[in-house]
Amino acid sequence: MLGRLTIDALPFYSAIAAGGAAVTVLGALSVVGLITYFRAWRIVLFDWVSSLDHKKIGIMYVMLALVMLMRGFIDAAMMRGQQAIAFRSDGYLPAEHFDQIFSSHGTIMIFFMAMPFLSGLINHIMPQQIGARDVAFPFMNAVSLWLTAAGAGLVLISLVIGKFSTAGWTGYPPYSGIEYNPGVGVDYWLWAVLIAGVGSTMSGINFLVTILKCRAPGMHLFRMPLFSWTVLVTSVLMIFAFPALTVACGLLAVDRIFGTHFFTNAMGGNMMHYINLFWLWGHPEVYILILPAFGVFSEVVATFSQKRLFGYTSLVLATMAIGLLSFTVWLHHFFTMGPSADVNSFFGIMTTIIAVPTGVKVFDWLLTMYRGRIIFKPPMLFTIGFLVTFVIGGLSGVLLALPPVDYAMHNTTFLVAHFHNTIIPGVLFGYLAGYMFWFPKAFGFKLNETWGARSFWCWIIGFYLAFMPLYVLGLMGMPRRMEHYDIAAWQPHLIVAAVGAFIIFLGIVCLAIQLVVSIRDRANARDLTGDPWNGRTLEWATSSPPALYNFAILPNVQSVDAFWDMKHRGVAYQRPERYVDIALPKNTFISATVGGAAFVFGFAVVWYIWWLAAVAFAVILVAIIIRSSDDETEVILPAIEVKAIEEARFREMEAASKNEIASDPGFAGESVLEATS
Amino acid sequence: MTADTLGTVEMAALPTSDTQKYEDRAFGFWIYLMSDAIIFALLFATYLVMLGNTARGPTGQQLFSLEHAAAETAVLLLSSATFGFASVAFAQASRPGVIQWLSVTAVLGLGFLLLEYQEFSGMIAKGAGPDRSGFLSAFFALVGTHGLHVSAGIIWILVMIGQVLTKGLTRPVASRVMRLGLFWHFLDIIWIGIFSVVYLPGLV
Amino acid sequence: MDASGLPVERSRRPYLIGLGLAFILTAIPFALVAAGTLPRISTLVIIAITAIVQVLVHLRFFLHIGFHSTPFENLAAMAFAGILIVFMVGGTLWIMFDLHHRMMM
Repeated sequence: MLGRLTIDALPFYSAIAAGGAAVTVLGALSVVGLITYFRAWRIVLFDWVSSLDHKKIGIMYVMLALVMLMRGFIDAAMMRGQQAIAFRSDGYLPAEHFDQIFSSHGTIMIFFMAMPFLSGLINHIMPQQIGARDVAFPFMNAVSLWLTAAGAGLVLISLVIGKFSTAGWTGYPPYSGIEYNPGVGVDYWLWAVLIAGVGSTMSGINFLVTILKCRAPGMHLFRMPLFSWTVLVTSVLMIFAFPALTVACGLLAVDRIFGTHFFTNAMGGNMMHYINLFWLWGHPEVYILILPAFGVFSEVVATFSQKRLFGYTSLVLATMAIGLLSFTVWLHHFFTMGPSADVNSFFGIMTTIIAVPTGVKVFDWLLTMYRGRIIFKPPMLFTIGFLVTFVIGGLSGVLLALPPVDYAMHNTTFLVAHFHNTIIPGVLFGYLAGYMFWFPKAFGFKLNETWGARSFWCWIIGFYLAFMPLYVLGLMGMPRRMEHYDIAAWQPHLIVAAVGAFIIFLGIVCLAIQLVVSIRDRANARDLTGDPWNGRTLEWATSSPPALYNFAILPNVQSVDAFWDMKHRGVAYQRPERYVDIALPKNTFISATVGGAAFVFGFAVVWYIWWLAAVAFAVILVAIIIRSSDDETEVILPAIEVKAIEEARFREMEAASKNEIASDPGFAGESVLEATS
Repeated sequence: MTADTLGTVEMAALPTSDTQKYEDRAFGFWIYLMSDAIIFALLFATYLVMLGNTARGPTGQQLFSLEHAAAETAVLLLSSATFGFASVAFAQASRPGVIQWLSVTAVLGLGFLLLEYQEFSGMIAKGAGPDRSGFLSAFFALVGTHGLHVSAGIIWILVMIGQVLTKGLTRPVASRVMRLGLFWHFLDIIWIGIFSVVYLPGLV
Repeated sequence: MDASGLPVERSRRPYLIGLGLAFILTAIPFALVAAGTLPRISTLVIIAITAIVQVLVHLRFFLHIGFHSTPFENLAAMAFAGILIVFMVGGTLWIMFDLHHRMMM
């Protein structure tokens, strides 16, 4: 009836596990409690959960990402704490628990922090940047969100019922196979990743079709903002890389459930094939993570240098080159696992080549800043911090690209330092910059800049302290994922790293304070014009927050930096002679139902509750069939209501005394309102 | 009003106009098929990698039947043609024609699945199931995944027959039938790969 | 496949031609394998060639893909998928057979 689920699955075997479970349960209960306290169930369910609006979906993605950032950070802090004290000692974490923690840390940060973060920013901003009213497939967009949430839910519930995987975020067999890991941990990991992966593949398709088919008139591809270009290439990567993950994890799941021999030790299994398939996905994945961040940096650096982006064409070509090359380097993740010199050389050379287009981009950004009038708002701080710090990570990557060097460095903390050195200053700083840059657009008021700056300084100082010692430790020979060690020379570095983690914690606290303070003070920080930074691209033409339909009349684009061009031609805020009816997607609970059923399906398969898995699968099937038979999925917003919304917005803009950025000492341009005709 | 001001270009470019919607859906579905092609390509690669991993168990030579593969091929190929006839009937606005040819296609699809079920259960009964060896795991994964796709396609055909019966030959229904056609023909193309990589070389 | 996303082909001819060609292109390799007269490599080559041609037949006569009727984006997507399949499958075979030689796995 309940498969292999028994009361033993509850985490009463260890205080720490029970603590983690308690925090998770309390977290869930407090969310439910808060919503109840504010009597917000109607809004939450009927305005948000059932929404197909890309802007709301984007916000929900970012909310998921920020929650999972904290969850994944707790894992990191626990590891740093353990390693700082575990010299000739067992520390405070038993080995099996430590193994679960490093596994969940990687899984959460990649799949449930970074992917939702980028999906959220893309969702909210990209359609506005290309002058569209929504993504191409709003229903599928919502399903992607809820599938990602289902995967996150599986990771979270593994803290309460059962255990998580101890096989790392990469899940290599045969250790992750049924023979060596018969428990539920690897299954939780597999189904969380598989379900979220389907969501990501669908998002890739959605974003690609949106960009290719839904651009405003005149928005030729080479007039698109750089962020949208990076989204285009990222979505191609998502579409073509995630199938490899589906195959790798799917076959591993089949091995575990049906006793097949894809990756077993005997009977004709080939464990290296898993590694080959996994990294066929894994390498493009890291470019999926970083390219949208590069896009954010392009927008931020141009806006806050008050200067047109330098080298637009080279940035586009570099992005395309990175996209294509990302499918030619995957073996560098397993140089040391047996390939011959010929194979290693080819992939090593391709890996060094892929560094070049990123270098081109760094120079383009620097040259944008050169002779610009820099405004040091927090997004720009994160960008400058990225430029300085990411390059170090890139250089360590070029080192690792050489197979002989990698033989010494593979699986040491040098590698851990390298990928955090590219992911944190690259991916995370980019998304934090994007979060702070586009927050006013999404919510209509600005984030507190003092706390934003404090958060930046904590993050960057904390990052250097936490990860530079890991380079040194790697060179000293320390392997990754060590639960305890007996080399005295390592401990000082690990203590410094723990201090760094603590300072990063302060950075996260600053982010939280920033949000609370900004919400509290929002009346004084309203963005009345929709263009708080004197922006260059079309998303700044809409109101903040945008109307449901984004643009009452689709803009007619004539140049790159379309909005800047419109402002300078004096046509940015013209009242149209007449308005049109606008079709908008109707809300529906079917998308969240699919996500919920996917969660139940995953949970049921993990615990071998086959009847429940069948029921959940049937629910998904029926939901899709019902939706596919629905011919009335849109509602028409009459022109007269559109007019009322737009007129209200124009009135509000006239009441705005000046563009906030005009008061910044570094401001060099003309105020928005001077450009209004 | 000059052409470069807001307000003049709105009517022709309404993104949710029906024509645009169907174009977008067809293109989006094509892109999904490209991602599915990658999945199958990697399953083919897995099969080739594990071709020799028979773990002293049965090989393709011992298990595959040329006649059986030929029958499966004939049935599936025919079903592609009959789906084409259903499409033609749709374009000619013939409701009975659409229902008739979709039904024939579904029956042929079920025939294919039946043949495949016979083949699989025969192999399992001989102790050559997917858990016998890496080679057999790869065989069942590749051919089985194709079979699962065919099953999904048959369910979709039945749903479409239902929609044609209840809604008639409307444009939304046409759009869905067209996408189903892309799916069905795609599966026959994958089958060409399967008999050319799995069955025929296995029996050479 | 044209840009409209709707069934537009009103004639059965392409499907009948496609069926006929596909039948022939299937019968040839099956017959060769059944007869077993040619050497192994030649048979495999013929299987490969007839398969590739038959795929093209399907694309042309069942999916109505053509350089002029099909939108550029669809052709580009197919070409890109094709390139990636070559990289991924080719790379996999190279790597895995290299490992097989070197590591006996």
